[in-house]
Amino acid sequence: MTSEAVAPAYRQRNPLWFAWRRFAGNKAAIVAGVVLALLILMAIFAPLITPAPPDAQLFLTEALAFPSAEHWFGVDNLGRDFYTRIVYGARVSLTIGFAAAAFSVIIGIPLGALAGYFGGRTDWVIMRIIELFSVVPPLLAAMLLGALTRGGYFTIVLIAALFGWVQVCLLVRAQVKAFREKEFVRAAQALGASPWYIIRRHLIPNSISPIIVGFVLAIPLAMMLEASLSFLGIGVPPPTPTWGQMINEGIDFMFFYWHLAVFPTAALAITVLATTLFGDGLRDALDPTLKGR
Amino acid sequence: MILYILRRLVSVAVTFIVVSLIIFFMMHAIPGGPFDANDMPVSEAVRAKLMAQLGLDQPLHVQYLRYMWGVLHFDFGVPYQSPGETVTQLLSRAWVPSLVLGGLGVIIGAPLGILLGMAAALNRNSWIDYFASTLATLGLTIPVFVTSMLLILVFAVWLNWLPASGWGKPERWILPIVAYALIPLATYARYTRSAMLDTLNRPFVTVLRAKGLSENRIVFQHVLRNSAIPLVTVFLPMFIGTATGSIFVEAMFRVPGLGAYFVSSIEGRDYPLEMALMLMITFMYCIAYLLSDIVYALINPRIRVGGEP
Repeated sequence: MTSEAVAPAYRQRNPLWFAWRRFAGNKAAIVAGVVLALLILMAIFAPLITPAPPDAQLFLTEALAFPSAEHWFGVDNLGRDFYTRIVYGARVSLTIGFAAAAFSVIIGIPLGALAGYFGGRTDWVIMRIIELFSVVPPLLAAMLLGALTRGGYFTIVLIAALFGWVQVCLLVRAQVKAFREKEFVRAAQALGASPWYIIRRHLIPNSISPIIVGFVLAIPLAMMLEASLSFLGIGVPPPTPTWGQMINEGIDFMFFYWHLAVFPTAALAITVLATTLFGDGLRDALDPTLKGR
Repeated sequence: MILYILRRLVSVAVTFIVVSLIIFFMMHAIPGGPFDANDMPVSEAVRAKLMAQLGLDQPLHVQYLRYMWGVLHFDFGVPYQSPGETVTQLLSRAWVPSLVLGGLGVIIGAPLGILLGMAAALNRNSWIDYFASTLATLGLTIPVFVTSMLLILVFAVWLNWLPASGWGKPERWILPIVAYALIPLATYARYTRSAMLDTLNRPFVTVLRAKGLSENRIVFQHVLRNSAIPLVTVFLPMFIGTATGSIFVEAMFRVPGLGAYFVSSIEGRDYPLEMALMLMITFMYCIAYLLSDIVYALINPRIRVGGEP
């Protein structure tokens, strides 16, 4: 075949390869990715790496014991191994983060695509809805909604998604708006493709990088919202181990039993930080034009 | 310009009314009332009398209209949890600590953040740039109750330098102000850095350098001014966010500010207080966005002349 003979000396690189190169050059993002992967593994294999079930009050006689070889993070006031509680807390935090981000994307993509593609009145209505969300602080609204629905695991996911979709929607809208006037979209329109087909077939695949970025950046926000609500006592109810709850309980013991405050605080800080840095790295890699915003 | 302001005004007013409606009906949809049997063991007749007195037996839309009519006359009702005063009195009393701590936090944090961001942008990829980026990321990602907790642990529990909580003596203010100041510091360090880097790469800066202008004049007279737009637009919302009292900072440092009332009014179904708090915050955000838009249009001729923002 002649095509092999005239093939250029350099290989044609696809955009993902360049994205990977940019990502690999970002040390903070790589470290964050590794930490995040470890946290996910810890959450998945929690029963295998912990000495006791998270709710079992097996060590009541040693309640409030400081960290030791036997109890790495000590024992809490109700006689539960604290290391176990922290590891199981990762399950709550991560699943809520990922689930809320998934719901944000599910709500954000269609609305963003509609607003970007049709513009005009549709865009106006969706932008006004977003404006409503921008004048109410998410936490206060979440507190109201939490009281309304009595908290609980799934409600927190929904509340976080309710405030997470705005960002995804704006990113998708901007991308769709930029691509709407491109020749291939015009051509598809001229061939009689329906708006629904164009959005599904052309515009959403072309918005995949902002969607991924929006998804990853929604995770830490949802985790923070969960921790804040649990901290206030209206999040995931006990005995489910969540870091926000543990921090809240830890304050009361802070002056004498520092371990009850330090470990959940550090766990939450490390997880949120790792997810954010990973998301920032992903954003810079996938979409260099968004850098630094 | 006037047309633009008017249009924004109408849009903001509509937003405000819609938000007030949503909040009011959501608030009343929360199961339970302020005088449930386990909070207040009185006979049915007394409870009915009490409800009638406070207008809680009326249909919801009547209650809403009554309340909003009162709001128009600056009458926010009487808080159920402390019936000896009006909501206005309670808020103006509780707002002082929040305003002092949050306001000082912004006043200290924002200029420091701008300086740090400038230093980072002018010395790209130096240690100060990495330091600023790290601090900005930490400040923006770690929840404020986590930083508060760390501050208390380090400075109050371990080093024993400062009191952990309370209100009144100035040394009790230091830790909460630091906790508050980290947020504007991080926000401004990040925004200033990226805005200045954007501006420094513009062709006009090269022209100024070629013209032989001193680096100081380029930075302070031209680059800083051209980078100011994003900085102006984030200021007011951020100021409101901190000066209305953070539930978390105040809970951690036991400050008797507004923060605690957000939680207690929802838990106690204290409708007038809850509604007043929510309306106040929403109103301030609406005004802040309106002012930001106007200031933005004033300092950016491209928007003012273009008409379509």
